[in-house]
Amino acid sequence: MTTTQTPAAPPARAAAPTKGRPKRQREGAAWVFLSPWVLGATVLTLLPMVVSLYLSFTDYDLFNPPHWVGLRNYVQMFTEDPRYWRSVMTTLTYVVIAVPLQLALALVVALALKNMRHGKGFYRSAFYAPSLLGASMSIALVWRALFNDGGTVDHLFGNGGWINRPGWSLLAVALLTVWQFGAPMVIFLAGLQQIPAELYEAAAVDGAGKWRQFVSVTVPMLSPVLFFNLVLQTIQAFQVFTPAFAVSAGKGGPADSTLVYTLYLYDRGFVASHMGYASAMAWVLLLVIGAVTAVLFRTSRSWVFYASEGDR
Amino acid sequence: MTTTASTAVSRKPIRWGRVAVHLGCLAALLVMLYPLAWLLATSLKPANEVIASLDLLPSHLEWSNYKTAFEGVNDVSIWRLLGNSLLIAGGAVLGNVISCSLAAYAFARLRFRMRGPLFAFMIATIMLPHHAVLIPQYIIFNKLGLVNTYWPLILPKFLATEAFFVFLIVQFMRGLPRELEEAARIDGCGPFRSFFKVILPLTRPALITTAIFTFIWTWNDFFTQLIYLFDPDKFTLTLALRSFVDASSQSAFGPMFAMSVIALLPIVLFFLAFQRFLVEGMASSGLKG
Repeated sequence: MTTTQTPAAPPARAAAPTKGRPKRQREGAAWVFLSPWVLGATVLTLLPMVVSLYLSFTDYDLFNPPHWVGLRNYVQMFTEDPRYWRSVMTTLTYVVIAVPLQLALALVVALALKNMRHGKGFYRSAFYAPSLLGASMSIALVWRALFNDGGTVDHLFGNGGWINRPGWSLLAVALLTVWQFGAPMVIFLAGLQQIPAELYEAAAVDGAGKWRQFVSVTVPMLSPVLFFNLVLQTIQAFQVFTPAFAVSAGKGGPADSTLVYTLYLYDRGFVASHMGYASAMAWVLLLVIGAVTAVLFRTSRSWVFYASEGDR
Repeated sequence: MTTTASTAVSRKPIRWGRVAVHLGCLAALLVMLYPLAWLLATSLKPANEVIASLDLLPSHLEWSNYKTAFEGVNDVSIWRLLGNSLLIAGGAVLGNVISCSLAAYAFARLRFRMRGPLFAFMIATIMLPHHAVLIPQYIIFNKLGLVNTYWPLILPKFLATEAFFVFLIVQFMRGLPRELEEAARIDGCGPFRSFFKVILPLTRPALITTAIFTFIWTWNDFFTQLIYLFDPDKFTLTLALRSFVDASSQSAFGPMFAMSVIALLPIVLFFLAFQRFLVEGMASSGLKG
C-alpha cells in the first residue's frame, strides 16, 4: 500500500505550498506541538533569566520586596568578598585538574578498546557504569569515607585523609569526576569507529608507523569529537556541586578548599538568603561559561578538522 | 590469562600486545570497581570494622545494617522515601517523554515561522547553566505556594525544559524516512495522526533512551531536591542520605552505606537491563552534534 503510493508523493508535496489553507493548518499544528516547549522556554527560561539579571542589582531576601542597589552586589563580589574569589579559584583549579585528566583517561581507554576483538562490549559497559552512578549521593558518601582519616587512601598513602587537608581535598573531589570517564570514553570510541579504515591503510602504504598514523590520521579525524567532549565536560565541571557538598558536609571546607562556585552560590542564596547576591553570582557564572565556550569555539578553528569541509 | 594464550597458540602466534591491553584493562577495571565493592562490603560490616581495617571482606555479614536502614531516617520509613523518589522520577520520565517528543516532532518535521532561530535558542539552552534560572524559578514556585511540594521537580519536565532530550529526539526523527509520512498524508493523515501512528512508534529507541536517562538523572539529583523539599516525610532517598552527611559518628556507617546500596539499586538494575540503549544513546548524542 505505502510503497505503491510513494511515487505520487513528491508532486503532492510540490503542490502543497501553492494552496494556502493546508499550509496554515500545518503551521497551526506545529505550534500545538511546540506549546509545552514554548511555555517552558518563556516562563521557566527566558523570564527567569531576565528576572535574575534584575535581581542581581537588588537586595532581596524572599520576604521583603527587592531593594535596588545598583552595582553594589557586583562591587562587593569583586572587591570585598575574599570567599567569592576563593570559590572562583577553587572552581578553576577543579576544572583544570578534572577535565584534562578525565578526557585523557577516556581517550587512552577508548584507543585501547578500539581494536579489541574479545570483550570490547563488556569493557565498554563496565567502564561506562560509574558515569551513571557517580552523580549520586551514595557514591559521594563513599568518596568521603574512602578519602577520610582511616579510609583506604589514608591506609595506602599514610598522609591522613585527603578531605581534611586543604591542599588535597579538592583533588579527592576531582578524582570522582575522573572516575566517571566512561561517558566521554564511549563517545570517543564511537568517533574512532567512524574513521574509515582506508585512511589507515593508505597511511601504512606510505610507510607511516603506529605513532605517525595516530598523529596524522586519528588525531585530526577525532578532533571534532574531542572538541565536543571538551566543551561538554568543561561546562559540566563549572557546575559541580554534589561531591563538594558531601565531602565538606555542605560547608566547602576545610579552609574553603572545596568551596566550589555553585556551593558558595547555594550558601549565599539559600542559606544566607541573599538572593540578589546569588543572582549576581549566577549571572557571572553564565557569562564566564559563555565566554569559555566562545573561546573554545574560536580556538577550535585552528585544531578541529571537519572532514566534510576538507572535501570541498 | 596464560592458559587462554596457550590454547590460541596452536592456531596463531600469541599476540603479546593484545594480552598486555587486556591486562591493562583488567587492572583499570579493578581500580574502577573498587569503590563499588567497598560500598557493598561496608554495608555488611560490623560498626567496629568500617574504619579500623583495610580488609575488604567483613569478618561476618552484619545484616542488621540493612534492618536499621529499612527503618528509615527521621522516623520516615525507607518505603516512603523510595516511593517519593519513584514518584518524582516517574513524573519526570512521563513529562520528558511527552513534552520533548512533541517539541522534537515540530522541530524535525513541521514548518513554522522562526523555526531556525527557535531551534538555535533551544540548542543554546542545552548549554545554559541551571543556576542562571534557578533563583527566579524558586521565587515563582514560592509565590505559587509550591515550595515543599513535588511540583517544582516535575512540572518543568512537562514543559520540555530539558532541551538535551528534545535535541536527541530531533536527531533521531531526522533519520526516519520521509516517505512514510508522505504516504500517511496521502492516506489522509493530518500531522497529529501521522505523529501518533507513524512517527512515535518508530521513535521508540530515542524515547527509551530519554526515559532511562531522565530516570537516572532525576534519581541522582540532589541540588533541586535540596532547595525545594523541607519536610522529612517528603524527602527522597537522596535527601535522606544527605542527613548522614552531617553525622560524623562512625556507628552510623553500616546503616548509611546499606541505605546507599538500596539507593543505587534501581540505577544498577536499569543499567543491567538497558545497557545497550544507554551506551548507544550516549555515543550517538555525541556524534550527530
